[in-house]
Order: sequence, then C-alpha cells, then structure tokens
Amino acid sequence: MIMKYLEEKIFKVIMICAAMIILSVLVYIIGTVFYRGFPALSLDMVTKLPGGGFYLGKEGGVLNAIVGSLYIILGSLVISIFLSVPLVIYINFYLPAKSVFSSVIRFSLDILFGIPSIVYGAFGFALMIFLGIRASLLGGIITVAMLIMPIMMRSFDEITRLLTRDLPDALLSLGATKYEMAKVILRQLMPGLVTAILLAVGRGIGDAATVLFTAGYTDNIPSALNQPAATLPLSIFFQLGSPVEEVQNRAYASAIILTAIILAISFSARYFSSKFSKNKI
Amino acid sequence: MISTNNRSVNGITNSFLNMEEEVTLKKLVANQSIRVENLDVFIEDQHILKDVNLTIPEKSITCVIGPSGCGKSTFLKTLNRMHDESPEVKISGKVFVDDENIYGPGINVIDTRKKMGLLAQRPCPLPMSIYENVAYGPRIHGIKRRKAINQTVIQYLQYVGLWDEVRERVHTSATRLSIGQQQRLCLARGLAIEPEYILGDEATSALDPLSTKKIEELFVKLKEKYTIILVTHTLRQARRIADYIIFMYLGKIIEEGPTESFFNNPKKQLTKDYLSGSFS
Repeated sequence: MIMKYLEEKIFKVIMICAAMIILSVLVYIIGTVFYRGFPALSLDMVTKLPGGGFYLGKEGGVLNAIVGSLYIILGSLVISIFLSVPLVIYINFYLPAKSVFSSVIRFSLDILFGIPSIVYGAFGFALMIFLGIRASLLGGIITVAMLIMPIMMRSFDEITRLLTRDLPDALLSLGATKYEMAKVILRQLMPGLVTAILLAVGRGIGDAATVLFTAGYTDNIPSALNQPAATLPLSIFFQLGSPVEEVQNRAYASAIILTAIILAISFSARYFSSKFSKNKI
Repeated sequence: MISTNNRSVNGITNSFLNMEEEVTLKKLVANQSIRVENLDVFIEDQHILKDVNLTIPEKSITCVIGPSGCGKSTFLKTLNRMHDESPEVKISGKVFVDDENIYGPGINVIDTRKKMGLLAQRPCPLPMSIYENVAYGPRIHGIKRRKAINQTVIQYLQYVGLWDEVRERVHTSATRLSIGQQQRLCLARGLAIEPEYILGDEATSALDPLSTKKIEELFVKLKEKYTIILVTHTLRQARRIADYIIFMYLGKIIEEGPTESFFNNPKKQLTKDYLSGSFS
C-alpha cells in the first residue's frame, strides 16, 4: 500500500518537474530577448532600411530583412503546398493501404526531414551554380521550399492518416470519382493542412543556414526574383556578430520582430481555418 | 449508361422515348432485381464468402442475418463494388443487377454505385451544410439547374421527415444534427442520387430506440419504390420489418425464406440454434 502511494507521489513530482523545466526555459529565452531587445525596438526598426552606419549603431532599421523573409517564406509556401497536397492525397487515397510505394515515400520524407538545414543550403548553392543563378530571392525560395516540404508533407500525411474510412466510403458509395472525393476530403482536412503549413513556416522562416548562400544579403528590398534578399535570421546573425553593443541589442529587437511575425501568421491561420471549416465533423 | 444499353436492347432509342414509354420502361427496369451466382470472396488468404447463390426479391425488405464475422458486410460491399478500393480482395462469380453482371467486362463502377444507396453503420455527413449534403449527389451526377436541385433537396428531406425539423437551418453544418437526424440525412442524401436499391449496413446499430424506429418506418415506406437489403444482427429488427430473411454462417448461406416461415419453423438445426440464442 505504501509503495503504491510512493509511486504515485514520485511520478507526480517527475511530471511536474518536466513541465516546469520546459516552461522556465521558454520564459528565460523570451525574457532575455525582451530584456535586451525591447529598449532597442523602435518604429524605425520596422519601417526603415538600414541607413548609413547601421552596423556601427547609427540610424536605420531592418525592413529589408522583414520583407525579404516574408517574400521567401510566402514563395516557398506556394511551391510546397502545390506539391504537398497532391502527394498526400495520392499516397493516402489513390494507392492501396499497404502499398510499398507509399511506405518508400514516407521513409524518404522521414530522412529528408532529418537532414540539417546547412546541407540543404549547400545543395541549393550547388544547384544554383549548376543552373547559373546567383544568390537571389529565387534561389532562397527554392532552397527553403526544399527544407520545409518534408515537414509539411509528413505532418499533413499523419493528420490525413487519422481520417477514418467512413467519409471516403460515403463519398464513393454516392458514385463520386476519386477526384471528387478528394475535393470534399480536403475540405475536411483543412485544419490539418493549416497545422502542417504552420509547422513548415516555423521552421522555414527562422532558418539561417539555407538562405546564407542562396538568398544572399542586401540592404535593399528586392524588386525582382533574381535579386538578392535579406532575411531576419541572417540579419540577427550579422548584428550579433557586431562588436558594438547597440547593434547587438538590435539583434534581439530583430528576434522580437521575427517571433511576432510567426505569432501573427499562426493566429491568422488558425482564425481563417476555423472560419473555413465550420462544417467539419 | 446501363439504362441506355437496356433501352437499345429493347429496340427503343433514347430520343424516341415519350413520357409514357419512359415510365413503363422505368417500371420494367425496376421489376428486375439482384441475382447472385457462385459468388466467392477472398480477402488475402481467407475465404470469406463461399459459393453464395441467391436472388433478392424486388420491392421488399431482405434482411441478411448471422453472427459477427459471417460475411454479411462483405456480401453487401460486393453489391456496390466497394471492394474495388481494396486490392487484397479477390472476387469470383457473378452478381446480376437488373440482369447485368456488375463484375462483367465494360461495366462502369460509378453507374453501379449510383444504383445503390448505401446507409452505413455510423452516419457520416459530408463536411458541408445540410442542404449541400443532399445536393451533393445530384450535383456530381451532372444536375446543374438550381431549381431542380432545390426541389430534389426539399423533396427528399421531406421524405425522411427531416424538413420540418431543419427548415430553419438547412444552410448550417450537418454535423450539429443529432445522430438519428444525421442518419436520416444520410438516407436522404442516398435517395437523392435516385438509386433503385437501398443497402443498409447495420444502419440502426448506432442509434437510440426512437431514431431506430423512425429509420425502420422509413424502410417500410421505402419498399414500395425500392428493393432494400439490410444487414442486421438484431433478430427482432429483422422480424419486425423484413419480408425475406437470409441467414449466413461462416460465409455460407445456411437458410433463407420468407420472414414468417423462417422464424416460425426453421428447417436447419444451425438456424434453430441461432434463433434460440445458443450462439451469436
């Protein structure tokens, strides 16, 4: 009896400890970023390009990196959504349940998932040299798309697999074709797709290694796909590397901006997905 | 497609049909029913259905009964070719629907499924509004005129007795209906594709007694126009509504007959045992 009581107690303590450790790490990170970055955060940071002497602690902001990051993540999202949705529909609803091909695809996506982002960067860079493209917005978009695609595909796939056979069977027995069936199922899976996109955005927008060689860095806002683009992670990286304390603090301010962007994207995506999927089961 | 084939066989082409002839032709088609010959179904290495031969009487309710795992649901799925989705299922034998072997060459699966309205065990409304759920079938089968669709939706919602309950909210989500209402909605959705047969796979087992009663009443009403095949493992339900009973055990048909004689004087010992509850 006493053993049982002790067991209960010990496990409760372990569980509470784990939760507290995670929470304190999060609070510590956010706390540091805000403590150092908040004083440096100003309207100039988000509305101005880096001015003369920016890297020496003088005027300007990181608008170039904000816009560049948004361009790159939006571009790569377009590419990866257009590839992920057909792939997931195909392996889940067109191939038979125990198909070898679909398990090969899932296995290779799992491997791609685990490849470090610097490898994608290097691969993208090699591809660009081969194709004769210089560091540009396009190069960044393609490389980031390669990075986030396995995440998007696998998480969307996992959510799709949870769907029971009831809905597909109901649709097929009404005489729907596979394509008509897929369209209705996609409506049902909308919240899952949004979750997959959010995970992908989270990884793609904060990654520095993929864009280091492929998108380059610039103090201007790119106006065409073949121009280099700045990104927030690289901007943080460069500012942190500065010996000037003011510039270092700006790195933290940039981190706050990046976090705010991710939060804004996830809140709006959640909002729209719940609006569109009012009829979900 | 199939009905045009029938028409040309009968020497009448589509364009020459006047209304009267079409009506008689429809009756003629409806007179035909389902006939199964030497049906064997294997799932991987398991022999699920063993040499099934039967004829389903038209415009009546046929209940397929038997203990779990006897192949009732598998049998039902062979009728609308839902096994096509699982490659591990092998089927041999013939299933004649309206005198046409649906496992024969050149058969369009979608046309076959369109003839069969399926009512599943658990209601599964589509992720759309109540209205769109019923309109979905006619839409994918090519009806575009809004008036026609509107009429169909109202007609079948009235038919299943749902219209008065939901008329205020037909454009809200179908998932907010109670489970019994959802099942009636699924029935209306199936009827809207204008099938000739209705298949029910334990269609009331997830419902409360009141909803079950409503669905049963609907089945009795529907048998005037449709041939209904129900899989059930409630013997009392079969007794209440069936006209004809098929008893299956381990993939074989043990006994079949009209409800009265089946329940009152079963011929086989196995049937007697099952009816008395010796096994289930």
